[in-house]
Amino acid sequence: MSRHRMDYNDELDYDEYDEEEEELSPEDQAQMKQGTADVRAALSIQASKVTDTQIQEALWHYFYDVDKTVAYLVTKFIDPPKKAPPKAAEKPNSKFLPTRLGTLSAPANPIICVLDLEELLLGHPPTQEHSSSLTPWQATRFSFPLATSQDDIIKELFRDMPWGNIPQHRVAILTPPPRRPGGLLGGSGALKGSKLQQLAAARRKKAEESNAQGSAEQTRTETSMPSTSETSQGKENTSLAGAFGKRLKISETVAEGRNPLVQQEPNRQEPAQQPLEDITNGRQVPEEAAAPVSLEKAPASGFASTLFGDSPRTAKRKQLEFFALPYTDIAPTAIDVFSKPSPDDVVLAAQAKAGKKAAAANQKQKNASAVGPVAGKLNELKIDDTSKPASKNLDVISEFNKSDNKRAASFVVVGHVDAGKSTMMGRLLLDLGVVSKHTVDRLRQEAEKIGKSSFHLAWVLDQRTEERARGVTIDIATNRFETDKAIFTILDAPGHRDFIPNMIAGASQADFGLLVIDAGTGAFESGLKGQTKEHALLLRSMGVSRVVVAINKLDTVGWSQERFDEIRNQISGFLTATGFQAKNIAFVPVSGLHGDNLVKKPSDAAASWYSGPTLVEELENSEPEARALTKPLRMSIGEIFRTPGASTSVSGRLDAGSLQTGDTLLVQPGGGEAFIKSVEVNGEPADWAVAGQSVVLGLNLADQVEMRAGDILCDPAQPIQCHDTFTLKALAFDVLMPMQVDVHRGRLHAEGRIEAMTAILDKMTGAVTKKKPRVVKPGTVARVVIKLGAKVPLEAGQRVVLRSGGETVAAGLLE
Amino acid sequence: MRIVSKVSLGAIDADQGIGLVATDPEDMWHANNLIAVGDTVKAHAIRGIAVTTATTNRVVPRRVHTELTIKVTKSFFDPGASSLHVSGTVVTENEYVSIGQYHTLDLELHRPFTLWKAAGWDSVALQTLQEAANDDKTGALVAIVMHEGLSNICLITDHRTIIKQRVEHSVPKKRATTKESEGGLAAFYAKTLETLLRAVDFGTPRPLLLASPGFVAQDFKAYIESRGARTGDKMMMRMARDAVVVHTSTGYVHSLNEVLKSPEVKATMHDKKYTTETTLVDRLCERVRKDDGRAWYGLKPVTKAVAEGAVGRGGGVLLINNSIFRSMDIPTRKKYVALVDKVKADGGEAKILSSDHESGQRLDALGGIAAILTYPIFDLDEDTDDEDDAAQGGDETGAAAII
Repeated sequence: MSRHRMDYNDELDYDEYDEEEEELSPEDQAQMKQGTADVRAALSIQASKVTDTQIQEALWHYFYDVDKTVAYLVTKFIDPPKKAPPKAAEKPNSKFLPTRLGTLSAPANPIICVLDLEELLLGHPPTQEHSSSLTPWQATRFSFPLATSQDDIIKELFRDMPWGNIPQHRVAILTPPPRRPGGLLGGSGALKGSKLQQLAAARRKKAEESNAQGSAEQTRTETSMPSTSETSQGKENTSLAGAFGKRLKISETVAEGRNPLVQQEPNRQEPAQQPLEDITNGRQVPEEAAAPVSLEKAPASGFASTLFGDSPRTAKRKQLEFFALPYTDIAPTAIDVFSKPSPDDVVLAAQAKAGKKAAAANQKQKNASAVGPVAGKLNELKIDDTSKPASKNLDVISEFNKSDNKRAASFVVVGHVDAGKSTMMGRLLLDLGVVSKHTVDRLRQEAEKIGKSSFHLAWVLDQRTEERARGVTIDIATNRFETDKAIFTILDAPGHRDFIPNMIAGASQADFGLLVIDAGTGAFESGLKGQTKEHALLLRSMGVSRVVVAINKLDTVGWSQERFDEIRNQISGFLTATGFQAKNIAFVPVSGLHGDNLVKKPSDAAASWYSGPTLVEELENSEPEARALTKPLRMSIGEIFRTPGASTSVSGRLDAGSLQTGDTLLVQPGGGEAFIKSVEVNGEPADWAVAGQSVVLGLNLADQVEMRAGDILCDPAQPIQCHDTFTLKALAFDVLMPMQVDVHRGRLHAEGRIEAMTAILDKMTGAVTKKKPRVVKPGTVARVVIKLGAKVPLEAGQRVVLRSGGETVAAGLLE
Repeated sequence: MRIVSKVSLGAIDADQGIGLVATDPEDMWHANNLIAVGDTVKAHAIRGIAVTTATTNRVVPRRVHTELTIKVTKSFFDPGASSLHVSGTVVTENEYVSIGQYHTLDLELHRPFTLWKAAGWDSVALQTLQEAANDDKTGALVAIVMHEGLSNICLITDHRTIIKQRVEHSVPKKRATTKESEGGLAAFYAKTLETLLRAVDFGTPRPLLLASPGFVAQDFKAYIESRGARTGDKMMMRMARDAVVVHTSTGYVHSLNEVLKSPEVKATMHDKKYTTETTLVDRLCERVRKDDGRAWYGLKPVTKAVAEGAVGRGGGVLLINNSIFRSMDIPTRKKYVALVDKVKADGGEAKILSSDHESGQRLDALGGIAAILTYPIFDLDEDTDDEDDAAQGGDETGAAAII
């Protein structure tokens, strides 16, 4: 039993049917035998292509109706649709004519004859001898009488179909296109369209080649060739534009007669036959003759060709009555041109809507850029009413190169809790005059009130009441100071292990690190066990390559050089093991509380052994990192706040690319749009910003755009994708197994789990050393698959830190 | 859960149907674990039917109460509402419904239902039934795991952890120029407290766990206290007094295992099922980390270890997630049940963990099945690796189990 039948019957029926078939009655068997013979006769030469079982099955299905069976077998087995005609290849080109004509003269089955004829016409590029022996006019004459003689059979075929019995007065009469003798043989609307399109395509091609001198001869071959191959190749209408391509396909199916439904209207075969007729004819229809003439002119644009091109009104009107589908004959370029409002319309509409401000911006943009983008941008304006700030359309990168601004760098201050990070930064800001003496005095009074006077300098940065009350930094504090040589952004990170997520956020924004170490007896050792190590590891994991080590509180050990050297040796050994290069590590002895060797040299005589640079000098020594200026814009949001003047302000560091006022940004993963209203770089208003700068952006949000710290602002043209599963090449700091982890990328903090560990990699070469390890040991590099609870914006090459149970377990690069 | 059939659990016929009544929302969860695809369930049903009225000959829809027996094809458990919907084909005809029609039974509290197991009442099913019938109920523990801007309100019962509500609030970060942060934090605490009171009934005293990194939990406790004092709300003040503050590393739900490990919780809740489960999974993870050959995870290594008798007397523990039993065809289930029986026969401990607990989730990450062996066996995964390479990860569960 064929699958075909199974589709018809549901399971129960199928079973019953099966039983019946097994017990065919004698009459049935006799009928079957007779029917099979009839069908074989009807199929004549094609009979070899079907088996007896197939015939019998079909007969059973059609209740021994031979005609229907034949039709079914033809469509199902002999000539299955949607395949290249199998017979076309079998038959020799030059000899097929006589045989076919022979078949025609003695039709065993008229339908098949028609099929054959059409295959003949469609499947074979006519040769010269062919056209001499059989003109298309003759060919169609053959097909038409046949087509009419089919009527009875078709009626018979569809007799039991409800739509087959249409009342006579409602039946549409399909008139075949009038066959004009001589040159007007073709004249189908569709054909005309195809010529036009081909001409347009050819012309476009020509324009691209900027070869205006192409001869009419060449164009003629170019235009005729595709039509030939088109018809012979059937479905591969590659050179034709979409609309007409579809049309051709329809006509093709019709012509091949594989679909009995469409076969009912044999006249539709005409369009597909026309090209052949024209070509085989060797004569040129008037339209064709006119076309090459126009081709000799310089190539015209799509717009111009529509207006003035070779679609003479008269010719069109003549053929209008034969158009099967309206507009298919308009060249695709012309369709494109008028499918959208004209640029002027767009501009006018937008001006009316967006008001004067937008109009002004528009005017500017119009001067600067092409018409297309303007239309696009204005369409955006039409969608939402958020006013878009004017853009100066600067070439940001050249502006950046022109600007002789001071070098700007940001550094993150890390170290074990209570190493004196915030105090040291407070003192630095005080000594540099960023914070006034008055402010610090006030802070000292407040600190004394709650008995924490030694914390007053830290309070410059620790401004939250919580932080002050508890005496620890909780969140990253940013501040800025300027020296003669550079502008620095301080990111003061918390040292407490609970706030490492915040520290990671800070480290991700920094150019280099300042590792603060408490030199006090016992404090250094406990710090080494604690966050000193983890912070250094995280710094390296986040891609920070340079670190300045400030050995703090040296005054408490009497500026002992031994202590300094001891700490320096231990730390430098550890840092080089972590992956910092020795040349990128600098050590400075300081006293943060008293301000010794921060800005000015220590006054204490005991420190006279040190002759190196002060901390600030050492900071200035750091080389700026290479910036990814030309990459697509990426900015991770560090914090979001409200400021007067802009609905929302965000701060953060540009990871890559550049931006300027008036730019449209995409907020991921929220997906909403935001417009840059203002840019603030290093505390001062600016028009633009580039990668590596820490900026504050005033944004106009398109609508209720959801935005959170850790989101990414990116270029809408090159958006960052959001994923919930990613592969990571991770360096394990602890044992990894399938477990739950926290994923940190800058401010972004998400829960996820290690779903699979696909391979352990060689540290040096990256080659796979073990597949599917059960556990990943500390210090090894492995490829792991992480699944997150929600989709977050992630991109290959980003650095990610995995933590679990309050400890950093791995860090790595996204793949 | 009450067993209404007159049977002794020790002598249940494998093919016997057992009448059960769910008396507690928690029982629905047990029912969900008991009812597997292929089982037969008889329960009260409400069915919409079309009735032709005698007088006017019109067809009118009507809802009838009837009793239907279905063969389960699918079940859906809503953890939030603790409701269980069981779908399947009707196997016994009655005046309204004919055989083969589909019906979805909504199992209700206090209405009896009868259950026939397709694979018979095996040891695992019986154990689940026993646990369900054990009516030693104690109040669920309320835990809030939080960090700045995020809090998860969880109910920890003996068998599962229900995340009642997740509160997210954007707390402004620290800025040099503004002092919004405090206001933001206060708003976050207020939001969390309101949600907590809506989600959980504190009418009767019940333990409350506040867990967070840093000082968030502590501050939240202080916030509840001050709010209670300000409004004179005794209930809130008592809440704050009874609250236990625990340290975790993050505010995500998976930090709950840190909560359950903490000495504060262990001291008060040492005998609870979930704390023992957490301890077991911790022990397992510790051993896996050491890679000493005494802990294995994934189906294939564990099956081998059990076959060798390595999970036996003297510390052998087999850990299986109940989610595995819930979604299994009968042959696979039999294989797993055989594993459990073998371990029990060897004198080892076979623990079926609740996948709705944090410990269960951790076990889930390890493939849902793991074992602690009594003696070390190395390279249990060696040849499976080769097989897997040959099969090119053909069978999904196997690949997931080995990882």
